[in-house]
Amino acid sequence: MVDVLMPKLGESVTEGTLGQWLKKVGDPVQKYDPLVEVVTDKVTAEIPSDMDGVLAEILVEENQTVAVGTVIARITPAQKSLESVAPVSASPTIVEHQQTVKKPQQNIKPQQNVKRFSPAVRQLAATHHVDPHSVQGTGLGGRVTRKDILLAVSDIQAEQKTNEQLVAITPIRRTIATRMTDSARDIPHAWMMVEVDVTNMVRLREKHKRSFKEREGIDLTFFPFFMKAAVEALKAFPMVNSSWTEDHIIVHKDVNLSVAVATEDALVVPVIHHADRLSIFGLTAAVADIATRARQNKLTLADVQGGTCTLNNTGAFGSIQSIPIINAPQAAIVSVESIVKRPVVVNSDAIAIRSMVNLCISIDHRVLDGLVTGRFMKYIKDKLEAMDDSTSLY
Amino acid sequence: MTVKLYIDAIRDAMVQEMRSDPSVFVLGEDIGLRGGVFRVTQGMIEEFGEQRVMDTPLAESGIVGVAIGAAAMGLKPIAEIQFVDFILPAVNQIISEAAKMRYRSNDDWTCPMVIRAPFGGGVHGALYHSQSLEAMFYHIPGLKVVIPSTAADAKGLLTAAIRDPDPVLFFEHKGMYRSIRDDVPDGEHVVPIGQAAVRRVGTDITVITYGLMVHYAMQAADELEKEGISTHILDLRSILPLDKQAIVDSAKKTGKVLVVHEDNKTGGVGGEISAIIAEEALFDLDAPIVRLGGPDVPAMAFNASMERFYMLNPAKIADSMRALAAF
Repeated sequence: MVDVLMPKLGESVTEGTLGQWLKKVGDPVQKYDPLVEVVTDKVTAEIPSDMDGVLAEILVEENQTVAVGTVIARITPAQKSLESVAPVSASPTIVEHQQTVKKPQQNIKPQQNVKRFSPAVRQLAATHHVDPHSVQGTGLGGRVTRKDILLAVSDIQAEQKTNEQLVAITPIRRTIATRMTDSARDIPHAWMMVEVDVTNMVRLREKHKRSFKEREGIDLTFFPFFMKAAVEALKAFPMVNSSWTEDHIIVHKDVNLSVAVATEDALVVPVIHHADRLSIFGLTAAVADIATRARQNKLTLADVQGGTCTLNNTGAFGSIQSIPIINAPQAAIVSVESIVKRPVVVNSDAIAIRSMVNLCISIDHRVLDGLVTGRFMKYIKDKLEAMDDSTSLY
Repeated sequence: MTVKLYIDAIRDAMVQEMRSDPSVFVLGEDIGLRGGVFRVTQGMIEEFGEQRVMDTPLAESGIVGVAIGAAAMGLKPIAEIQFVDFILPAVNQIISEAAKMRYRSNDDWTCPMVIRAPFGGGVHGALYHSQSLEAMFYHIPGLKVVIPSTAADAKGLLTAAIRDPDPVLFFEHKGMYRSIRDDVPDGEHVVPIGQAAVRRVGTDITVITYGLMVHYAMQAADELEKEGISTHILDLRSILPLDKQAIVDSAKKTGKVLVVHEDNKTGGVGGEISAIIAEEALFDLDAPIVRLGGPDVPAMAFNASMERFYMLNPAKIADSMRALAAF
């Protein structure tokens, strides 16, 4: 227990009279809580508690006059404040004084938290989406300065850079980038698209699908049908199967069809050499083989060299239209888009549900013009639309 | 280029213009045989004769009145007022006549006149030889007020002032006459009136000033640089018209502006500069605009310690600059 003493309330004051007790015995008291009024001839004041605790005893009753230093009460301190209060003399604090002591202590925190910002700081913070409250100030009294904000902004920008992941450019990515850039820059590309009714071709494939798988062990996809038509068209229009050089246009007699195969992180374009010598079955097998090896990274150099024209199966990604970049030094690239069922006006102005596909071609306009290209595309279209149940896969 | 004293650059401009334009002449007290109390016009009466280098009675209102009349009749007078402190008897002529000539006559008459006057303190000039009176004329539309801080600018701006079709007050800090020297272009050299010059490029604080204080601020900036504080300094060169764009740009550069002039603070040019910045660059300000001027007391005293109290110096300016940088 700690004694509460009668404080000295003024220079010449030697005694005081207690006024009203503001706490009762047993009341919990907190540090600075007023305990009792004291009346002197100079001032009426309140005696505050020096500690947290419980008012244990009242030794001097109201209206009694006692000398300065008299024990007037005892407080049982709260556990944690025990150590610090051992030889307590009641602090000679009158209420007015005490409040002026208390106020700044209470207000220190709010004052520190209420930050005022210059117009420049506000403006810069808003522009760069920085919370000025979060910036450590270096100005007078910790003020956040314009320079502090500028520094914070550059820090954030540096941090943002570290939030970006840098992916190393693989050799194949670099090759793709170089070749695509060269092609797009050097070749004057022109584009065309035809739509083809492949309803009968779809039926043809449906008819053979299951038996083909059982017999040959590989899936019969739509793509070899388009390859077949394209290869035949390249034979009929050799100018499409050519390359531009500054001196000549080289027309290739071999039809080596490049087939774009997507892997997770790259695009490879292996070549089916002498594609004109292969049946639909042969093309199916060749594509299956080369695509498998491409995805297993087992292509040889020969597999990717010597292509004379490219067929691109963008339909596999769900695309219905594309503008491919030519696989230089070839003169053309054809994209086979998704086969979709659409209502179509057929002969006799009837409307029918047909399986339709768009074929897109990009040409090197130095080599090819619209006329040849149009004929070439019509040839493919006719070939595809002519396929029916009787078309042989072999 | 030749390194010349500030005072010689002023004479250079007058002599060159008088050689090339017979309508230019100078008049003032003791400027002829004596060559002026500061010797600005020394040797000119020998070259141009007493008709064009004219000694006048001690009557400033008369000097300016004669100049206004001559200017109205097509001549180009350069009137010297021996000390700017003595310009006050001529203020009626300057403000009510010269400044308003063009306006009052609806452009029929102009007043192509220059009034040169040494100003400023720090040379034991005491009450009647130390004043800075630019703020008084700064308020008057129709006038131009030029205060060069380098020898080159003194020549270039005086040439521009002589050629200007309207009245120009050309104030020369007497403490700079023989203490400032720099490269002055030989031959014709014109600095357009109304264009400020960046004297130092910095990032922490901006000092905007003119006249002798440019040099004090530069010295203070050298000191502060050793403490890691980078100062941007703008020399106004002309205070009427003010180069507002340069003021706003230099304020935006750092967001902390100190305006310095030797003239006393209240009602000084610094108030106008502060207002321009407050009006046009509020969102770039990072600190209250600070003005540093002479004390608002009636005059600069003669005795050394009181003169030091009145005059700004590099140390006083550096203190203000430090406080602003720390803000």
